[in-house]
Amino acid sequence: MKLYLLIPFLPLTAFVINILLGKEVLRDKAHWPSILAVVGSFFITITSVLPQAMAGKVINEDLYTWMVSGTFNVTVGFLIDPLTAVMLVVVTTCASLIHIYAVGYMHGDKGYYRFFAYMSLFTFCMLMLVMGNNFMQLYFGWEGVGLCSYFLIGYYFNKKSAADAGKKAFIVNRFGDFGFGIGVFMIFLTFGTLHYAPVFANAAGITGQTVNFLGWNVDLPTLIALLLFCGAVGKSAQVPLHVWLPDAMEGPTPVSALIHAATMVTAGVFMVARCNPIFNLSEIAMNTVAIVGATTSLFTATIAITQNDIKRIIAYSTCSHLGLMFLACGVGAYAAGIFHLYTHAFFKALLFLAAGSVIHAVHTNDIQEMGGLKKYMPITYAVFVIAALSAGGVPGFSGFFSKDEIIWSAYASHSSVGKLVWLMGTAVAFFTPFYTFRLIFLTFHGKYRGGHPEEHGHSAHGSSHGSHQGEHHIHESPKVMTIPLILLAVGAVAAGWVGIPPILGGGAHFAEFLKPVVGHPEFHGTHAEEWGVMGLSTIIALSGIGLAAFFYLRKTDLPEKIAKQFSGIYNILYHKYYIDELYHYTIVKPTLWVADKVIVAITDARIIEGIVNGVPGAIGKFSGNLRKVQTGLAQHYGILMAAGAFFIIALVLLLR
Amino acid sequence: MIQQLFFAYFAFVIVVLSLLVITRKNPVHSVLWMLLLFFHIASLYLLLNAEFMAAIQVIVYAGGILVLFLFAVFILNIREELRINKFIGAWPTGLTFAVGLLVVIIMSIKSFIAAPPGIYSIDLIKQETHTKALGKLLYTEFLYPFEVTSLILLVAIIGAIVLAKRRLKS
Amino acid sequence: MVPLSWYMMLSIAVFVIGVFGFLSRRNIIIVFMSIELMLNAVNINLISLSHYLQDMRGQILAFFVIAVAAAEAAIGLAIVIALFRNKATAHVDEVKEMQG
Repeated sequence: MKLYLLIPFLPLTAFVINILLGKEVLRDKAHWPSILAVVGSFFITITSVLPQAMAGKVINEDLYTWMVSGTFNVTVGFLIDPLTAVMLVVVTTCASLIHIYAVGYMHGDKGYYRFFAYMSLFTFCMLMLVMGNNFMQLYFGWEGVGLCSYFLIGYYFNKKSAADAGKKAFIVNRFGDFGFGIGVFMIFLTFGTLHYAPVFANAAGITGQTVNFLGWNVDLPTLIALLLFCGAVGKSAQVPLHVWLPDAMEGPTPVSALIHAATMVTAGVFMVARCNPIFNLSEIAMNTVAIVGATTSLFTATIAITQNDIKRIIAYSTCSHLGLMFLACGVGAYAAGIFHLYTHAFFKALLFLAAGSVIHAVHTNDIQEMGGLKKYMPITYAVFVIAALSAGGVPGFSGFFSKDEIIWSAYASHSSVGKLVWLMGTAVAFFTPFYTFRLIFLTFHGKYRGGHPEEHGHSAHGSSHGSHQGEHHIHESPKVMTIPLILLAVGAVAAGWVGIPPILGGGAHFAEFLKPVVGHPEFHGTHAEEWGVMGLSTIIALSGIGLAAFFYLRKTDLPEKIAKQFSGIYNILYHKYYIDELYHYTIVKPTLWVADKVIVAITDARIIEGIVNGVPGAIGKFSGNLRKVQTGLAQHYGILMAAGAFFIIALVLLLR
Repeated sequence: MIQQLFFAYFAFVIVVLSLLVITRKNPVHSVLWMLLLFFHIASLYLLLNAEFMAAIQVIVYAGGILVLFLFAVFILNIREELRINKFIGAWPTGLTFAVGLLVVIIMSIKSFIAAPPGIYSIDLIKQETHTKALGKLLYTEFLYPFEVTSLILLVAIIGAIVLAKRRLKS
Repeated sequence: MVPLSWYMMLSIAVFVIGVFGFLSRRNIIIVFMSIELMLNAVNINLISLSHYLQDMRGQILAFFVIAVAAAEAAIGLAIVIALFRNKATAHVDEVKEMQG
């Protein structure tokens, strides 16, 4: 019995049940199939797949021939190796907890069944993506999760901004996926197969080959790696295609936690790590990955400082952390990247869910309208702080171990850009705790700055009592939401303990576990250097927290003054480096202009309407005669069909 | 020789019966001629060593489909059928193209190229029995289409019920 | 031994008779019977090819054709009944809702 097959197909079953029966039969019980399915997948992963992978057993088998066309042979097959096992643990754990949390969060929503149906479909696609043993299945899952992401971002589809955000995510991802698709074609052209095993086994053979691409002779491995990386840039929201992720926060918070933090956006990192034999062949591609990752990381971390939307801050933080993962992959430390992916899933999902808990209570996303929530929501506050400490890389928490490993890998690697990206990564280590703690201090400390409760439609009674009324109605979220938060908080603290580096007395079990898949980079660095790098990033992280405390607890008027003083920089950051505006003017506007001025004005108005208006009489007459053919009698149509068949066969006979 | 004689008999009867089926004014007669026609086609299958298909031909076509037709015929007004013209106005055009098709398709037989013979020789089928050989293939290589067929039949059942159901309230 | 082309000619003849019935008859039930005739013609062809090419797949296909023919007859006759209930006619040339 292939038990592991149940892992992806349980959620698919739940999706089918929910989409068919959810609206009429299950209604507010629609969460049951989805939750049972995903929890079932989780237990199978933990009890069956993970122990097998730990024992070093790799499953790689084809189950079904999907399509055959000449030498093009695509199968549905599964590959379970350590890398997949890690992804399975991440996906099923986070998905289980987030599904349970969503019961409380989405309670009473009109599209309750729809939400859980899409969540199940998403889980299925994500699991297919990580479990596939060929590029086609990867691509299937890749597009499937993109589609579900589109559905779920636009979940509140009668809200224009949500529908727009869904479209934006989809269209921006097209740019990346276009490259990814071509990359997959190139792999098939080069290797004649799409299965991982033969492709990676023969990858070394293509070193130094060149191929004619758009008129230039390019290095083949570089081309393939860069094309694949295109897809990762889109899916994982890296510069310059990062613009969709913050807007994607229009979706419900559990969606942000599951799709836009823990799983889907990390698919790019997974893919790069999976394709490491190809990436390793090309230094240019590796450096591109590292530079893009580091740039994104720093770039989005600085944006996050000035934002006021609680979810957008966390979204920028996600971009930043994804950048760190790519940085690690780019310097060859794939295991460190995947390790960060694994710890990040816990603390970032926790951040999102805790933020969702806050939003659930105060009904706004703007942190300027929050404040002082600590005494009303103690559990949320506690888990938020834990998540922030983990994200900020404070020693002892999981985030610290993975982040430190990345920064140390960057410093110690042979990569020619290693030192540069190390500097950028260290800078990020300062910003991350700064903006996370800014968020905490503004949300949970100080005084409640919220407006009138009736504005939020929260208070059914006593609406005339002014601003303090809103405060009294804030309460801790129900148990179904807080228990997943607490469990995730445990993960955010302890998940990283499996990868404590040797220098701190650990065994780096995580890197050892992944070694058969991603190899192990050669480092050159002394113990003293390693202590130094670690100490530096720790001091920087703590100073980030300290500065945030100083700004937003002590001298609460200082941030505003600084913003005034350096209004130029502040505005640039506040407007996210004007990237959205840039795209608006360079891509959206010209497209619309062409559509408006050229297509509508010239093509439509002159050519098409000219023709249409010029020959209406002729067409009218012609169609007047033609419509007599349409007798409405089925047999007349039958005669015409027989006549057609007769003439075609006769023609073929004559021409032969 | 005896085979050819049998074939000549069956072919002749089949063509004549087909013509009878489509030219009878009374639909009940058409259905009854068709019954006879199906038995002859089944016998032709026996000549081709396909005894299972022959059985199915009799059971499904003669036993199932024709009974259905007979039921449907009962709703007709036979007297009116006998009174009016049985062909539509455009029947000469239909005949022309039908004959045209007959000519061109027969002409195209010449260009038929047989594929290399497969493994199911007469001896193999004799040894394994026809039904077993067919069943083995149907439940292994063609399992998926087979399941799809069952779904088609299910859809047909539901569709027929929905279409033929009397509206309770409108 | 009967040559394969004889079977093919028989099949073509029955098929064309079916085509003619389909194109010319007024009674919708006979039109459906013509369709069954055409399907049977195809089956004769498939089974004779299966026999001569020693390949079982022809018979499998014929098997599916029979199944689909059964489904088609059920649906078709249900349509006839629905038509008869709504328009009180079983004549194809009296149904011209598709007229343009």
